[in-house]
Amino acid sequence: MATILFLEQCLNGLQLGIMLFLMAAGLTLIFGVMGLINLAHGSLYMIGAFACAAVASWTGSFILGLVASVVCAAVAGALIEVGVMRRLYQRDHLDQVLATFALILISSEAMRWLFGSYPLYLDVPEVFYGATNLFGVLQYSRYRLFIIVVGLLTAIGIYLLINKTRIGMRIRAGASDRQMTAALGINISLIFTLVFALGAALAGFAGALVGSIQSVDIGMGEPVLILAFVVVVIGGIGSIRGALVGAIIVGMVDTLGRGYLPQLLQLVLDPVFANTLGAALASIAIYVLMIIVLIFKPQGLFPAHG
Amino acid sequence: MGNYMSEKYLNRIMIALLIVLPWLAHWLDEPYYVSLATRVAILALAGVGLNLALGLGGMISFGHAAFFGIGGYVTGILASHALNYEPIFSGFISIPGTTQMLIIWPLAMLIAAIVAVFIGLLSLRTSGVYFIMITLAFAQMIYYFSISWPAYGGEDGLPIYMRNGFPGLNTLQPIQFFMICCTLLLIVLWGVSRLQNSRFGNALQALRQNETRVASIGINPLGIKLTAFVISATITALAGSLFADLNRFVSPTMFSWHTSGQIMIFVILGGLGRLYGPLAGASLFILCEAVLGGWTEYWQFFLGLLLLGVVLFARGGLIGLLTREQKNV
Repeated sequence: MATILFLEQCLNGLQLGIMLFLMAAGLTLIFGVMGLINLAHGSLYMIGAFACAAVASWTGSFILGLVASVVCAAVAGALIEVGVMRRLYQRDHLDQVLATFALILISSEAMRWLFGSYPLYLDVPEVFYGATNLFGVLQYSRYRLFIIVVGLLTAIGIYLLINKTRIGMRIRAGASDRQMTAALGINISLIFTLVFALGAALAGFAGALVGSIQSVDIGMGEPVLILAFVVVVIGGIGSIRGALVGAIIVGMVDTLGRGYLPQLLQLVLDPVFANTLGAALASIAIYVLMIIVLIFKPQGLFPAHG
Repeated sequence: MGNYMSEKYLNRIMIALLIVLPWLAHWLDEPYYVSLATRVAILALAGVGLNLALGLGGMISFGHAAFFGIGGYVTGILASHALNYEPIFSGFISIPGTTQMLIIWPLAMLIAAIVAVFIGLLSLRTSGVYFIMITLAFAQMIYYFSISWPAYGGEDGLPIYMRNGFPGLNTLQPIQFFMICCTLLLIVLWGVSRLQNSRFGNALQALRQNETRVASIGINPLGIKLTAFVISATITALAGSLFADLNRFVSPTMFSWHTSGQIMIFVILGGLGRLYGPLAGASLFILCEAVLGGWTEYWQFFLGLLLLGVVLFARGGLIGLLTREQKNV
């Protein structure tokens, strides 16, 4: 029984990790290629979830909703890049933090204006109702399994896109030397817009997928954004591989910490106190992890070479 | 330059307005406006703290909510123990809570300073984006801890049933509490202006511009930065303590990253690295909240636009716009 529960917790951790990867991949690409800290990435996640909920309830099709989330987030991302971000690439980090913080205020309030303050609910298609049997022993939610599979496929897709295609090569070239790439006749500002839209689309997609498990509401992007930053910092800013490893580590530590820390502490402490302390420690575990990583590897686990 | 006023002149006008307007409101029997001015003074104080690290030292701390919240929680915890007659610590010696601001402030600042030494020592090993992220992470850590630790209210926060006292004053009177906050702000502004022009202040500003060069003339960069970071944290904690007394309530929101962002907004809206910048920024923020908030519940939308405009087009902030004086930051 305990092993089954443990397996289930691991799968939940993996699912959280995969979601975080979709967010972190965009953040780390945008930072690696353009040198930009984008706090508004959580807003794109929110935009994706809202677009999916709106289209899904309007057309009745979850798949169309998912498509809409990707398209809307990508378009919003491209508009933000052209309208605001372009002016920020040469600025220092402080200006970037503030401008993107302003974008959070603007987009959250705009969403509240459009959809009202109440959370929207997004239903998963009937195919994904209920649980499926895994390895003959474990009943696991079909929808969460779907998220894991789709997320892994997306991760492989991004890997192939960045490492095996011409456009990926240009993105990598832009990341390592912007001016030289431009001098070779590559339209670098188009590449930047593309990367931003790609990151936005991934965030929107993640928002839509998670929106069906949780509710779709205004502040939903912010906790995820901060977790994604932790992932990016642990993995090494600018590294896709680091983002994947970091995301899985963070997802696992967070989920298993919440599941098991109180129990572990009960072995040595008074049960009531152990529960409180365990819950409190579990909620800060990933930040402790990040601080430990930064103390020993200030550039993250997989430093990107620029 | 032409019709623009000098920064010094503008600063004097702002201070005069800050002192005169609340008294006017008091005589007109409008306590609401007195409490608005009190908020301006308190938030400006928090901004002055951050400005020392951010504007002078170039340390982009995205975690000053930690110190703001510590100031608030120290106040709330001491007051709740005192009002419930429960000692904070009872062993061979029993330590009671207190409702005396004169005891609460130094304690809040001391505890914030201890935490700041710890956070600063670890964070200052990094720089750039990593510094921003690690300070954010520390603040988030305290935020989640305050939510999940039930002893002092957890997610619900902790009410302070009676505003803490100050000898000889009735702090429940809005104008008297305002004068306490305003006086503290003026004292801190004076202190920071002395600090800014001292040997320490010059070293700090030089560090922002070129760390290697400062190190090469024999000044220890870490020592200077850490000291500035700790002083900055204590000022923000003092503001947090006053903020708790103003609302008679503390909650984990004080630790949230929105609070860090807001304190940063005060500094930037007013003008980064300018001594009176946070006062101008906090005034503008409260003005927006009161005026725009009266028109529409979506006032933060316009605050966002304003902030975006200032960051993209008016880098000297409000003071820079009014005086046209350049500041190299």
